[in-house]
Amino acid sequence: MANKKKKKLTPVQQEYQELAKKREPARPVVKNCFRAFIAGGTICLIGQAVQEMFVHWAGFTEKKASDPTVAVMILLSVILTSLGVYDKIAQWAGAGSAVPVTGFANSMASAALEHRSEGYVLGVGGKMFKLAGPVIVFGTVAAFIVGILHWIFNPAAVGGS
Amino acid sequence: MLKGHQSWLFENKPTILAEATVVGPFEGQGPLANDFDIIHGDLRMGQDSWEKAERTLMEEATKLAVENAGLTKEQINFFVGGDLMNQIISSSFAARTLAIPYIGIFGACSTSMESLAIAANLVNSRSAKYALSSASSHNASVEKQFRYPTEYGSQKPPTAQFTVTGAGASVIAQKGEGPYVTSATIGRIIDMGMTDPFNMGAAMAPAAVDTIQAHFRDFRIEPGHYDLIVTGDLSKVGYEIANDLFKKHHIPMQQTVYKDCGMMIYDYEKQMVQAGASGCACSAVVTYGHLLKKLRNRELNRILVVATGALLSPLSYQQGESIPCIAHAVSIESGVENT
Repeated sequence: MANKKKKKLTPVQQEYQELAKKREPARPVVKNCFRAFIAGGTICLIGQAVQEMFVHWAGFTEKKASDPTVAVMILLSVILTSLGVYDKIAQWAGAGSAVPVTGFANSMASAALEHRSEGYVLGVGGKMFKLAGPVIVFGTVAAFIVGILHWIFNPAAVGGS
Repeated sequence: MLKGHQSWLFENKPTILAEATVVGPFEGQGPLANDFDIIHGDLRMGQDSWEKAERTLMEEATKLAVENAGLTKEQINFFVGGDLMNQIISSSFAARTLAIPYIGIFGACSTSMESLAIAANLVNSRSAKYALSSASSHNASVEKQFRYPTEYGSQKPPTAQFTVTGAGASVIAQKGEGPYVTSATIGRIIDMGMTDPFNMGAAMAPAAVDTIQAHFRDFRIEPGHYDLIVTGDLSKVGYEIANDLFKKHHIPMQQTVYKDCGMMIYDYEKQMVQAGASGCACSAVVTYGHLLKKLRNRELNRILVVATGALLSPLSYQQGESIPCIAHAVSIESGVENT
């Protein structure tokens, strides 16, 4: 793909792009990975602590505690988003704050906040899924494909026997 | 008067009678804070949407410029303005408030100098007694339109630029003590096939170099003619590339001082702005706020401001189009006779 795209460029454009590439500071991949690891891990650690609280103090079973835990994490993320803090954390944390459920909540809350000025129906309602929508669509598609593969290669499991 | 292929010489010396700059809180923490007329503490400017906030910036800047010129808005013949919003709503709505006959323009971040060049040309050709030029941008409204919601947590790469919140305006008159707008070069579109909207500096640098080259060719001058040449918003990455291109095309920029407005407005150490600043307001507030002050107190005598613009839309980018870029140059002189 990349080569095919490059072929469309004129020689002058190609020459310039090579020159520009040299001056382009690279994304600090190792540093970003390290930060994502720390931040993502920290968010998971907080999640685990919340879950433990539900298990020990509220009498949930470990399995049932995960639902309220996710709700609490989403609430925390939405609060941080509306206080204008989450995007600052994300610049440092990168994927570490984008991948967990808090990132998903942030994408919806930020879009809802941003488009509030266009009204509740077409603004908040219509544009809330601007960023989260693709995740849901392709998540569902992927789940569907995996389900079919599972059915083809292991039909017994679907039959329930 | 047409000079060379794409330049205007303003032989009647249109004067910048007065100017005004209004900026947001983040710009107020930067090194040029003392040069701005109004610094807002609130990014929303007390409005309930980012779009209204940007409109407020432009309304305040234009009103203050007219006031500083000692005029009333009824005396201004034309208002030339533009911004980055779809259908340039900030300028058009500000023009509604001002009720001055209005020429709306779009040149992305090159709008600041495009509007000044057109306003100066109107005055120079006696088509206007007084003309008002203005350009604005707002960080949050631009993020919302071109990128992601402002509070969305996305990590920006080191090539990304931070859009300036602000507006700059100037009143051009037929007579006055200067600074004078002496010439302008209108750029052509240069597209080097760059597609990364997080690396605008690299996309725009060739356009800046092309216009600067055309300016020197049309007026048969060399960079040494100017005390200072500034580009609009190339920022770190684009600035380095522009320097490479000057060398490659044998333009002797060492004769003068070359700077970039995108690298002047924020403090890289203290403010998290990646490569630097961008936006219509970037070159507008640096020129009208910082550089004109230096021209007025004779620290500088002759400058060339080359505002650069990336003419992409969110739609064209999503459809995989490359980024067409443009640059317009305007030369401003302090009014001291040549020595």
